[in-house]
Amino acid sequence: MAALAPARTTQTAIRAQDLTKSFPHKLAVDHVTFSVEQGSVFGLLGRNGAGKSCTIKMLTTLSPISSGSASVGDYDVSSQPVDVRRSIGYVPQLASADIDLTAYENLLISAKLYCIPRTERRERIREALSLMGLEKSVDLLARSYSGGMLRRLEIAQAMLHHPRVLFLDEPTVGLDPLARHAVWTRIGELRTRFGTTILLTTHYMDEATELCDHVAFLRDGKLAGIGTPAELCAALRPGATLDDVFIALTRTQA
Amino acid sequence: MTAIANFLTQMLAIAEAEVRKLRHDPVDLFTRIVQPALWLLIFGQVFARLRGIPTGGVSYRDFLAPGILAQSVLFIAIFYGISTIWERDLGILAMYLVSPAPRSALVLGKSLAAGVRGLAQALMVYVLAVLLGIHLVLSILSLAGVVVMIVLSAAIFACFSMIIACLVKTRERFMGISQVLTMPLFFASSAIYPIALMPEWLRHVADLNPLTYQVDALRTLMLPGFHSDSGLLRDFAVQAGIFTILVLLAGRLYQTILE
Repeated sequence: MAALAPARTTQTAIRAQDLTKSFPHKLAVDHVTFSVEQGSVFGLLGRNGAGKSCTIKMLTTLSPISSGSASVGDYDVSSQPVDVRRSIGYVPQLASADIDLTAYENLLISAKLYCIPRTERRERIREALSLMGLEKSVDLLARSYSGGMLRRLEIAQAMLHHPRVLFLDEPTVGLDPLARHAVWTRIGELRTRFGTTILLTTHYMDEATELCDHVAFLRDGKLAGIGTPAELCAALRPGATLDDVFIALTRTQA
Repeated sequence: MTAIANFLTQMLAIAEAEVRKLRHDPVDLFTRIVQPALWLLIFGQVFARLRGIPTGGVSYRDFLAPGILAQSVLFIAIFYGISTIWERDLGILAMYLVSPAPRSALVLGKSLAAGVRGLAQALMVYVLAVLLGIHLVLSILSLAGVVVMIVLSAAIFACFSMIIACLVKTRERFMGISQVLTMPLFFASSAIYPIALMPEWLRHVADLNPLTYQVDALRTLMLPGFHSDSGLLRDFAVQAGIFTILVLLAGRLYQTILE
């Protein structure tokens, strides 16, 4: 179970060093260290409350880091938050698209918030819609979208400015198998077309096995294991699945 | 220069989102006219019979119209913070906050959107006032002044409301506190009676109340022959000062609502 050595090279897209988040009565993330290679898909796994979303919130500058450090792209999360924000996209667990606006309007507002030049807006929006397979429903209010379409719209919003790193917090929760696979396919395309680095959380181990180059398990805010899915399975016992690894690494959580 | 242009683009994007939502569903704009209409038609009719209210040479109903306009703008803007909590609960706010937009641009955009709603309200109150035969100044200069004062005042109360939202964080607490604040803000102003009628202590409270300056400016601009209590220039200066402080404060607090 070899931990990835945190190295500060241009090939490293995300680096967390002793990353810690403490609340008055709880240590939500406890000295977590990992790094993610540029262009790879990295899965953050663990039970509810293990610290996955909290880690993402710190890396995306939404929540201040209590101690330790993190960098995304070439920027330090604490001291260069605006540069970090420019280079990332984030799809939160909650629905982030505005259902009272159309898909086009949602994307237009995002394009303006990211200051995409006026001359490029239309083309970027068209590109994002086609990449996420939403061209046909562009002028419908997002409230009429299915769960899967809404998720794809949110990913389209998050990738409009061609971020170097994309954070997806449980991108397929609550979706039917077909919608899940559609999201998987789109995530794969993002990666091949733009070389986007993706950090995602999920409770579906088949999804992690399918999508992720490396995964890390969190338990009670601490790093419980890190490696490729195949390495982690092989280290547990021959023939083990990632579900078995999940149970073995996280079951002692309070 | 690009930094300023970007700031404006981001600020206007937030306001644009709100305006587009109103365009998709304008029902709320129209239901909002009921309350000021009741104030003008019923309260105004009854109180116009009292001759003892010193209204500065205009009829009580004329005197009341700008006050009711200011009040209706206050009632819309003071609950603006609830949408901040709502957007936090949904995840829309996270999407805004993860963008590179300065937090003050986000807050200003929301405030501006409250201003746009205030203007829609003003348009309807003007129509109602004209139908009721209330004498209004309809010169370009007067209307321009009214537009600026309404946008500024709506932005003040929206900003104030967002600050409360960031501090209390839940919808229930927010509604409670906003309800408690609205009536004192309204009564400790010259919206429905002149400051001269107030007891000494209440006058001091009214002096600190942005609604007082808003009402004074609106009356001076809207009513022919009405003389300002505090001076038009001072009204605008006070409002601009309060707004600047509130925007800076709200900009600092905006992100903490996620914690």
